[in-house]
Amino acid sequence: MIKRSFFKSKYLPYLLIFPQMLVTLTFFYWPAIQGILQSFLLSDPFGQRSTFVWFYNYIELFTDPLYLESIFITFTFSIAVAAVSISLGLFIAAMANRALKATALVRTLLIWPYAVAPAISGIMWLFLLHPSYGIIALAIKNVMGIDWNPVLYGKDAMAMIVMASAWKQVSYNFVFFMAGMQAIPKSLIEAAAIDGASPLKRFWFISFPLLSPTFFFLSVMNIIYSFFETFGIIHTVTQGGPGGSTNILVYKVYQDGFVGLNLGSSAAQSVVLMSLIIVITFLQFRFVEKKVQYGG
Amino acid sequence: MKVLKSILFLIIALGLALPASAFAAPLTIDFWHAMRGPRGDVVEKMITDFNASQSLYKVVGTNKGNYDEVMNAGVAAFRAKKQPHVLQVFEVGTQTMMLSGAIYPVYKLMEDAGMNVDWSRYLQAVLSYYMNADGNLMSMPFNSSTPVMYYNTDMFEKAGIAPLSKTVPVTWDELGEITKKIVDAKIAPAGMVTAWQSWTQVENYSAIHNIAFASKANGYEGLDCELKINNPQVVKHITRLKSWADDNRFMYGGQKYQGPQAEFMAQNAAIYMDSVSGIAKLQKTVKDFKWDLAPLPIEAGTEKPQNSIIGGASLWVLNGHTKEEYKGVAAFLKFLASNDMQEYWHEQTGYFPITIDAYESLKAKGYFNANPFQAVGIDQINRAVPTRISRGLRLGYFVQIRNIINEELEQVWNGTKSPQKALDDAAARSNDQLRTFEKTYK
Repeated sequence: MIKRSFFKSKYLPYLLIFPQMLVTLTFFYWPAIQGILQSFLLSDPFGQRSTFVWFYNYIELFTDPLYLESIFITFTFSIAVAAVSISLGLFIAAMANRALKATALVRTLLIWPYAVAPAISGIMWLFLLHPSYGIIALAIKNVMGIDWNPVLYGKDAMAMIVMASAWKQVSYNFVFFMAGMQAIPKSLIEAAAIDGASPLKRFWFISFPLLSPTFFFLSVMNIIYSFFETFGIIHTVTQGGPGGSTNILVYKVYQDGFVGLNLGSSAAQSVVLMSLIIVITFLQFRFVEKKVQYGG
Repeated sequence: MKVLKSILFLIIALGLALPASAFAAPLTIDFWHAMRGPRGDVVEKMITDFNASQSLYKVVGTNKGNYDEVMNAGVAAFRAKKQPHVLQVFEVGTQTMMLSGAIYPVYKLMEDAGMNVDWSRYLQAVLSYYMNADGNLMSMPFNSSTPVMYYNTDMFEKAGIAPLSKTVPVTWDELGEITKKIVDAKIAPAGMVTAWQSWTQVENYSAIHNIAFASKANGYEGLDCELKINNPQVVKHITRLKSWADDNRFMYGGQKYQGPQAEFMAQNAAIYMDSVSGIAKLQKTVKDFKWDLAPLPIEAGTEKPQNSIIGGASLWVLNGHTKEEYKGVAAFLKFLASNDMQEYWHEQTGYFPITIDAYESLKAKGYFNANPFQAVGIDQINRAVPTRISRGLRLGYFVQIRNIINEELEQVWNGTKSPQKALDDAAARSNDQLRTFEKTYK
């Protein structure tokens, strides 16, 4: 028998959700609406003049070839970050899930990078990979003979920020995969083992499909992470350079709005960014989630 | 008993109140700046000296972060009507500040406060950067510097090259030979590096050769100006640097100063172009080689090189305070421009003194003989009367424009674009920014 409670008052539910609505409206909807309004205006930073210009800011954006390139760069970057960090996270989780000595210690250590702030992560990778003073960079150049120069070449710079961003996120993915694997009933794996399936086969045909909800969740989270939270890494490592090759959308919003004080354009860019994330998340839920199997 | 207690209380209260009323509370003047570390300490000392010199006003200096952050803090505070009296803004924000409608022009502030300032006794190359089209000073120059050429004297000696003159610039052709000798003899992996490429190689290159960076006298005479950096001279200069990049006579070390400076300090390059404000850092850090300064190179056949232009920041006075407080602001600005303060400022930070008197006084004390490094930059900005083109740049969205120039130049260095194409694109993209700016302020 299911217990149900009924409240007589019609208004009580509204009263109960009121605080949450207030928080959401003030901290999410209000700024978002402000941003949308601002994107139709040309205004000076000090707020002395404001002209309503319809879609001028958007037209300027989409007729700027570099902005379109920036969208492309953002997608390349986030797909690369998600792919690298999810696959590495899964690999490490699969390894750590096997019985080991000092399991608790290994797991704890593997979670550490997640506690590092993006800007710090960026600086550390810069110290390793900067062409003038990076230790690894010198090894790449002198031992392997590769002309590594992220200050000059866009591809090298992209590789560097993908590494710095993915490294941090590997721990996060690791934790979720680890939890996912622990939730897989031992009996399934054991049954397959008795039937003579190799560890690789057991992983591929049992663990992997059962991890699909985790995969789905992590792909959404990783894309959002690479769209927004990697700002600190870009800011410390490349500042969008060289030649705009690592200028992802969120960094451009900052450059134009915060540093350049072009509020209209920056607001329009934020609106575009917001719409992109809404569309991506919607598509993920609409198409990818269908393939996800919840429960065993 | 109760009566006694209240009498006692009254006495104590009076005792506490008296000293406060004896000295009327000084008016507070807020000053937001971007100076941190040793420079911040110098600013703090100047403020303390001002506060000690009089009792009517008390200046409170606050560091609000780096240049971008200070400007943003100023903007946000102004919108919230909590703006400071004085705000330090970097040179690229000059146009935005000037048109903001939020400022009290400095020349007017000084006039209204009854201070007779003889502006002709200021260094004109510094002052002209912050004047409006009518020649009136809009903000008080504070920290100003200019780019010069640092070189590794040990490497020059090894290559058999005579030390360079501190007043007569070498030509770019000569520099080409010098860097070739150094690279060919494998004395250094690269010939030269440059910091702030837009500022040193485009803006200052144009000013020194009296080439317009933008139309309408570099934007001083109208918002409808357009960038002119895709002219044959600048294209030729960038083409030359690109050909040097191909045979290691030039190495690209990054947009700002950290990368190029690291290359110079690690002796990966013999020559390094950067602001004079780098002197202190090099003096402190470089122990394993000797280095010297020379003016920026010029093109062969330049009859009379113009002054180089400055970089740095100036002090803007913001609207919305009382007349009495503005008197204090005027007194503070006047105090900062005094000889003692200017000499102290220059000696401690390497930024230029802004008055001719302070410069003369330093000279008379033999300061420049004892510190020959410091004379190079000052001589370079003082070597000619600024023209309409060499006095400075007055562009809207200048931050974005510098960014665009950086992006396009990087595409030249990595071989994605030809110099002509990159500079054409830079001009076209910058013009889009200028049009948006013009539309905003119409």
